[in-house]
Amino acid sequence: MNGAISRHLPTWIQFVAALALSPSALAQDDAIPAFKQLDTMEARVQGCVTCHGQSGQGTNNGYFPRIAGKPASYLYNQLVAFRDGTRKYPPMNYLVAYLPDSYLREIAEHYARQRPPFAARDQANVDQATLTRGQSLVTGGDNQKGIPACVACHGNGLTGMNPGIPGLVGLRSNYIAAQLISWRVGNRHAGEPDCMKRVAMRLSDTDITAVAAWLARQEAPKDPSPESSNLVRMPWACGSQR
Amino acid sequence: MNIGARIVLAVVILAAIAAGVLYLLHPGMLPKSTEAAPANATTQVINKGEYLAQAGDCVACHTAPGGKEFAGNRPMPTPFGNLFVPNITPDEETGIGQWTADEFYRMMHTGVSRDGTLMYPAMPFASYTKVTREDSDAIYAYLMSVPPIRQKNRPHELRFPFNNRDLLLGWRALYFKEGEYVTDPKQSAQWNRGGYLVQGLGHCSMCHTAINALGGSSESKAFEGGMIPNQNWYAPSLTSNREAGLGDWNIKDISDLLQVGISQRGTVYGPMAEVVYNSLQYLSDQDAEAMAVYLKALPQRDSEPPPTSQARLVNPAVMELGRKVYAKQCAVCHGQEGKGQPPAYPPLAGNQSITMSSPVNSIRMVLNGGFPPGTRKNPRPHGMPPFSHILNDDEVAAVITYIRVAWENSGTPVTPAQANELRKLLPE
Repeated sequence: MNGAISRHLPTWIQFVAALALSPSALAQDDAIPAFKQLDTMEARVQGCVTCHGQSGQGTNNGYFPRIAGKPASYLYNQLVAFRDGTRKYPPMNYLVAYLPDSYLREIAEHYARQRPPFAARDQANVDQATLTRGQSLVTGGDNQKGIPACVACHGNGLTGMNPGIPGLVGLRSNYIAAQLISWRVGNRHAGEPDCMKRVAMRLSDTDITAVAAWLARQEAPKDPSPESSNLVRMPWACGSQR
Repeated sequence: MNIGARIVLAVVILAAIAAGVLYLLHPGMLPKSTEAAPANATTQVINKGEYLAQAGDCVACHTAPGGKEFAGNRPMPTPFGNLFVPNITPDEETGIGQWTADEFYRMMHTGVSRDGTLMYPAMPFASYTKVTREDSDAIYAYLMSVPPIRQKNRPHELRFPFNNRDLLLGWRALYFKEGEYVTDPKQSAQWNRGGYLVQGLGHCSMCHTAINALGGSSESKAFEGGMIPNQNWYAPSLTSNREAGLGDWNIKDISDLLQVGISQRGTVYGPMAEVVYNSLQYLSDQDAEAMAVYLKALPQRDSEPPPTSQARLVNPAVMELGRKVYAKQCAVCHGQEGKGQPPAYPPLAGNQSITMSSPVNSIRMVLNGGFPPGTRKNPRPHGMPPFSHILNDDEVAAVITYIRVAWENSGTPVTPAQANELRKLLPE
C-alpha cells in the first residue's frame, strides 16, 4: 500500500466511523420508524430505516448509502457477505448475523423495487482539476493505467447493471471513497474474478478522491432502473455478473 | 546433614512426589478396546446423532465464519487469550477420523482428548458429562458421517500462565463434577427430559451461570445469570422472576422463545439469537416443551432484593426527555403503553429483560438494534433499527430510564455514562 490515503488509513476509518456514529439530536423524518401494516415487508425492515431511510433512499447522515433501486442480486450478495463476515462493517455484520438466505433475498428484492426521490446533490467545494480527472475516469477510464471507465460496467446512466453491479448515482463521496479503499485493503470483495479489486488497485488516492467527488455531484437520472444484463460486453470479467 | 542440605533434600523429594502425582493425574490414551467399534451406524442412529449435535450447538463453535462445517479454527476470545476451536470432521489427520466411540465418549464425559490432553473448559464438557453413552455414540456416528475436511488446528494463543494445561487440574478439582444426568423419580418424564437437555447438551449454564475470575462457575449459583465474558451481553438469571425467571410464564411462551425466537412475552437477541438460530430452532416440539417445563420449574431465588423506592427515583426532566424520545422513535412499534405488538414487536411493559438490574442489554438494543433469528417457524423476523447515530448519551439513558420505570415497570434509572460505555464497543 502506498499513497496518502493508505498511510492515513486508520485516521480515515476513524473519520468515516465518526461520521457514521456521531450522535445528533436531529433526525430526518424518513429515518423515523413508521409503517402501516404489521404483516408487510415495510414493517419487517424497520430495522433498516434509521440508516437507509424508509424506502432505502439513504438519510441525511453523510455515510449510509442509498440502497433503493440497486439490482436485487447485488443487494443480496452484500447481505450474505455481511452475514458471513466477508464484507466487514460491524453494525451490519451484527444486524443480519442470524437471518436465512431466503429472507435476505426477500429484503434485497424489496429494496431493489423501491424508487424514492434522490437526495440533493453534493455541493461541497471541489477544485476543477479534481472534477475534470473524476469525470474523465468515470466516463473514459485511463488507458495509460489500464483502468476501464466506470460507465463501461455501471451503465451509461451510472444506474448499475443487472444482476450484480450497483448504481453509483445518489451516493456520497465519502461512502464511495471508503468502498474503494476497502477493496484495496481487502475489507470488501466481490465474487471471483473480483474485477473491482483490479480497478481499485490501479486507482491512486487522488484518483479515488476525484472519482468520488465527481460521482457525488451528478444529477439524479431520469430512469433510476439498472440496465439489463449483457446489453454491452464488459471490458473485464466480473464474478458478480455470473 | 546440615539444615541447608535437608531443605534441599526435602524440596527435591516434594518435587518428585508432585511430579509423580501430576503424572498419575494425566490420563494418557485409552487402551485399545477388545471389541471392534461399530462402523455401520444405521441411518436412524446417524439421524438421531445429527439432531443431538444440533441440540448441543456443536456447529456454532466448531465452524469458522464462512468456513466449512465442523472444520474448526474459529477463534474464540476468552479473558485468558484466544482459543482456536478444533476440527471435528472425520479427517484422518487433522480431524477426529481416528477417534473411537470410546474415546469420543471419554472426551464428552470427562473433558480428556484422545491423546490424554486435558481440555480447556471453553468446551462445555462440564455440561456434556451429563450426556448418556447412547447419545454420545449417536453424535459420534453422525460426526463420522459428515464430509472430512483437511484443515490443521491452529494452536491456542493463551497468555501465561493459562497456556499451562496443568492448571486445568486445579480448575477441574474446583469446578468439574463428572457424571451422567440422574433421573429424578419424583418428577415427570417430561421434566427429566427437559433437565437432561438444559443441563447437558444445551449447556445453558455456560452463559446463565456467572463465571468467576478463574473461568469457573459454582453450582450453588446455577442459572443465576451474569455478564458473558468478551461478548458484553448480560445473560439473565433463569431463577429470578425479576430477570428471565420463567415462573410466571406459560409453557407455550417459553417453548416459543426457545424454538421460534419470539413469543408473546419477549424476543431473543444477541448471543441467545445465535443459540436459537444454530440450535434450538431444530428441537422437536416435544423437546422444546420439555425444556420449557423444566425451566419454568427451576427453583426461584432472588439473589438480590428488589430496588428501594429511593433507588427508583427519576429526575422529572429525564423522564420527560425519555417520554419524548419514546413517543417519537419507539411507540410506533412498541405502543404508547409499551404493550408492543407481540410476537412481532415485543412488549416492554412488564418485560423482565427491561427491568432487571443490569441495563446492558436494553442499552445495547437501543444503540445497535437487532433482528431476532430467522427460524423455521419465524423465517422473516421483524427487526429493530440502531439509534446510536440518532440519539446522544443523554437521550439513550433517558429513553431507557423511561421504559424501565413507566407502566408500573419496576426498574431503576440508568446514566448517560452507562450508555456511553457501551457505545464505545463494536456491536456483536
